[in-house]
Amino acid sequence: MHITRGFTGRPRVDDPGLPPGQYDAGDDWPVLSAEVTPELAPADWTFRVDGLVAEPRTWDWEEAHRLPASAYEGAIHCVTSWSKFGVRFAGVSLDAFLDAVRPHGSATHAVAYSHTGYTANLPLADLTGGRAWIAWEYDGRPLAPEHGGPARLLVPHLYFWKSAKWIAGLRILDHDEPGFWERNGYHGRGNPWEEQRYSGD
Amino acid sequence: MTETFVPPTRFAVPGRIAVSEQAASEWQTATLTGIRRETPRVTTFRLAVPGWPGHVPGQHLMVRLTAEDGYTAQRHYSIASAPDDSGQVELTLDHVEGGEVSGWFHTVARPGDRVEVRGPVSGFFAWPGDRPALLIGAGSGVVPLMSMIRHHRARNLTVPLRLVVSARSPEELVYARELGTETTPVFTRSAPEGVAVGRMAAAHVAPLLAEQPSGGWEAYVCGSNSFAEHASRLLVTAGQPVDRIRIERFG
Ligand SMILES: Cc1cc2nc3c(=O)[nH]c(=O)nc-3n(C[C@H](O)[C@H](O)[C@H](O)COP(=O)(O)OP(=O)(O)OC[C@H]3O[C@@H](n4cnc5c(N)ncnc54)[C@H](O)[C@@H]3O)c2cc1C
Repeated sequence: MHITRGFTGRPRVDDPGLPPGQYDAGDDWPVLSAEVTPELAPADWTFRVDGLVAEPRTWDWEEAHRLPASAYEGAIHCVTSWSKFGVRFAGVSLDAFLDAVRPHGSATHAVAYSHTGYTANLPLADLTGGRAWIAWEYDGRPLAPEHGGPARLLVPHLYFWKSAKWIAGLRILDHDEPGFWERNGYHGRGNPWEEQRYSGD
Repeated sequence: MTETFVPPTRFAVPGRIAVSEQAASEWQTATLTGIRRETPRVTTFRLAVPGWPGHVPGQHLMVRLTAEDGYTAQRHYSIASAPDDSGQVELTLDHVEGGEVSGWFHTVARPGDRVEVRGPVSGFFAWPGDRPALLIGAGSGVVPLMSMIRHHRARNLTVPLRLVVSARSPEELVYARELGTETTPVFTRSAPEGVAVGRMAAAHVAPLLAEQPSGGWEAYVCGSNSFAEHASRLLVTAGQPVDRIRIERFG
């Protein structure tokens, strides 16, 4: 590590909720996505879980909304260095979808994919146990299109590029398969507390 | 089960440029060798990076600054220079009000200072010069696009290349001296005599899409999120396929 002459950084708040290398973006919610924001109406949104599962299944908007509601309130962390606290998302726990399709015992990973074709890989263990959601509301309102509305994946304990916007499905696999950013040099898992930003971190 | 899963998609383009895992993960110490003012708020910083693995126009790198107490700040910066064998790269930074990293560069940095960098990272926005490219940028979003234009010139490439760039005024147009006939500037606050003032509009984009080169354009959009949303919508409305639009949002 090399000290930068004359660099002090801004006054730090010692916030135990802030992972290393992150700053509190406050009310800002920067938008980062590589593709054109799709015009996707709730009526055209579907969510499919298939691959190594006993019963592959596709839910439409109405069907997904009949699953038990579940909310997340807490922080999100983007690899570009901002974190955002006290965010409130509402939707359905991913457990509800996975319980319905029953993954095989050999299943270890998933590729999440979007209606745009964006992909992100995740260990199944990061998607189960009440740690991941399909979210369609933010702060009591429908999720805005540029933030992934009508519905996005939400995996708040990992860097936010894993929380695929405009989520279309999960393909359950027995191996890890890099997604869009992971093929572009980003870390396979993306744990903000360990600063897993790039492959090799 | 080893075949690769390809999702049903319209946005198909995976990274075409392989990223060196080693380059993406190792910090190197770079030395500031030159500082060049571009506009009142934008300055170019030239860095010598021993062992720079080279880059493809459009890629970016990470810069890390470290305070005496060990606090670090890291940010993404697009590479402005064309790939060459000099072992140096140029970054062009907007002076963000209250910005931690851009503030240090603009007010403290001087030649001889050292910072840490790693990269290049991300192959998604890269353009190796292999296909017609329609570049659309605003503000410092022109930085990775300039690397493409410089590459095009340095290699005497003949593949069609066009830039539509938005700036508040002629004084704030980054790289103004270097832009040539490939460029259509759009001024949003004040313009030279006889040039209209206004936001980038269908009229700027439609004529370029009407004269499609063979194989069609690959569009590269770069700037703030609100600009990227606006420009990508203009492109889609004018008929550019969504899977041939790449967007780099500076946040
Ligand atoms: C892929 C990519 C490429 C990029 N390329 C370029 C480029 O070529 N050129 C370029 O200029 N930029 C580029 N950027 C943007 C760049 O990464 C930085 O975001 C930018 O330089 C601002 O960083 P900063 O440290 O100066 O500001 P920051 O310190 O991050 O501050 C940004 C804003 O947030 C406010 N803020 C943040 N935290 C606090 C706080 N705790 N208290 C008060 N205010 C706060 C600041 O006042 C400021 O307005 C790129 C971004 C990406 C993602």
